[in-house]
Amino acid sequence: MGLLSKKDAALITDPFADNNPITIQVLGICSALAITAELKASIVMAISVLFVMGVGNIVISLMRNIIPSKIRIIAQLIVVATLVIIVDLVLKAFQYELSKTLGAFIGLIITNCIIMGRFEAFALANGPWRSFLDGIGNAVGYGVILILVGFFRELLGSGTLLGYKVLGDPIEKTGVYAFGYENNGFMLLAPMALIVVGIIIWIQRSRNEALIED
Amino acid sequence: MGLKQNLHNLKEKYKGTKMAPAFNAIHTFLYLPNETTQGGTHIKAADDLKRTMNIVIMALVPCLLFGMFNAGFQHYAAIDGSLRTDVLANFFTFDNFWIGIIKVLPLVIVSYGVGLIVEFIFAVIKGHEVEEGYLVTGMLVPLIVPIDTPLWMLAVAVVFGVVIGKEVFGGTGMNILNPALTIRAFLFFAYPTWMSGDKVWVYDAVNRTGTADAISGETILGAYAQNQEVVYSTFDKFMGFIPGSIGETSTLLILLGAAFLIFTKIGSWRIIVSTFLGAAVMGFIFNQVVAADIITESSKFYGLMNTVWWEHLMIGGLAFGAVYMATDPVTASQTNKGKWIYGFLIGFISIMIRVFNPAYPEGVFLAILLMNVFAPTIDHYVVQGNVKRRLKRAKVKTA
Repeated sequence: MGLLSKKDAALITDPFADNNPITIQVLGICSALAITAELKASIVMAISVLFVMGVGNIVISLMRNIIPSKIRIIAQLIVVATLVIIVDLVLKAFQYELSKTLGAFIGLIITNCIIMGRFEAFALANGPWRSFLDGIGNAVGYGVILILVGFFRELLGSGTLLGYKVLGDPIEKTGVYAFGYENNGFMLLAPMALIVVGIIIWIQRSRNEALIED
Repeated sequence: MGLKQNLHNLKEKYKGTKMAPAFNAIHTFLYLPNETTQGGTHIKAADDLKRTMNIVIMALVPCLLFGMFNAGFQHYAAIDGSLRTDVLANFFTFDNFWIGIIKVLPLVIVSYGVGLIVEFIFAVIKGHEVEEGYLVTGMLVPLIVPIDTPLWMLAVAVVFGVVIGKEVFGGTGMNILNPALTIRAFLFFAYPTWMSGDKVWVYDAVNRTGTADAISGETILGAYAQNQEVVYSTFDKFMGFIPGSIGETSTLLILLGAAFLIFTKIGSWRIIVSTFLGAAVMGFIFNQVVAADIITESSKFYGLMNTVWWEHLMIGGLAFGAVYMATDPVTASQTNKGKWIYGFLIGFISIMIRVFNPAYPEGVFLAILLMNVFAPTIDHYVVQGNVKRRLKRAKVKTA
């Protein structure tokens, strides 16, 4: 890590594993449940949040000395909202179908607790470079879980990955469907997303003694 | 050197190692262990967990045997309707039982095999003894699924039910949800085409769809939900000569099982009675709604609302759920007053789901799972109410 000092590198790697926003801090669960039925939507969501968090953290960090603390929440909201609108318009322009699938959830990035949480906890107290790294780290930690959940839900629920029929055709009965395999409809329902996230949390905590509470 | 001695030696050899629980479980399951406690005074209770579980299994055996005959009967009766004219003569035949053997026994074996493997794995990882809890679950599961359920689906569901329904909470005795119903719910939501409709309840109906030999067997609930005429007599419904999940059709045998459970004090009569009561009350309310002309015959709820309230108690899985599922001592309410509330709401909600959601004509498993979640809350308020009442009494006396 010649590019980053050890302290700076930890900003990126910590949220990735031992301080993951979803599995350890249990933030941003709503979007993890809502849009992970398809892998593509998960990936787009992860990239959107990556953009909003990286840029947002820099902007807030640059403005941190001129934002009066009494109205800082509204100032943060304006910054997030601006960035989210940019994402929304870009998606509408280049990925119209996908933006319809994601629907309100892109708009709801504004209320994603991870973003506000990082603004409050980090960007308001640190310089732009470190804030940027922190934002990227948390967004990647969030995105990895999203993509992981999306992967299993789409594979087991629809038998596809990114829309490709990797398990064969369920109607033509090719691939594994020839042996009587069926898609698991439960995987497409929101409760199963919660269970998948729960299983990830379970595996992560049982592998790391330090994370076990009480 | 018999098997018993061999097992004992294996047990001694692996004592203190990770595999110990596995050998201990096989040993105590098959034999009375050699070890006896030394010194001191001991009270030996006969009603340990193993015996409790065995009694429930005994109560389930008639349902299982009947289900095996019924599997064959429904199959042949769907092909040749004239068999239904003299049910008793055509029911207990070897042909019927043979279909039961080839279709039902594999379900039982898969359910037990997969479930016990999961239990063994968790016992070895967590280093505790294998618990007897799965003995009953393993028997309940094949009885509450349709006859044509593919075996791999059952295996997947059993793994999910045992791990998510029981082991994550800490194993038998710590589970919030009834594992057998968790398995059923998983199957229902994951593979709805195999769990509902008019093709899954009769052996071979799925394969014959679209051919000249097509057969079908709509359950009574399914027929009512679609406002169809129901062909079965009250006698058929009570005796269980109807399509349905494997073990839940015969209300008579379920009531005999209930009597046995109540007599041996394994099942709570409060829960059983209050569940039937709750269902009857809800059914009666719906009957009054129909009688008062609040809904018309064209309403999609008409068929099930118009069902006489006592008939609701015999069709679908209500009786089976009330007797074998709701009474699960781990997931039910513990206080006596709580049991009445718990059971009543199960019956009440079951019929409500049944009537209002034609997509889930079998509302019993959802109602029981819902009340499983609320059982600790009910107990909490019953206990708090008792504490408050006694505190009040104490104050009056000191004043």
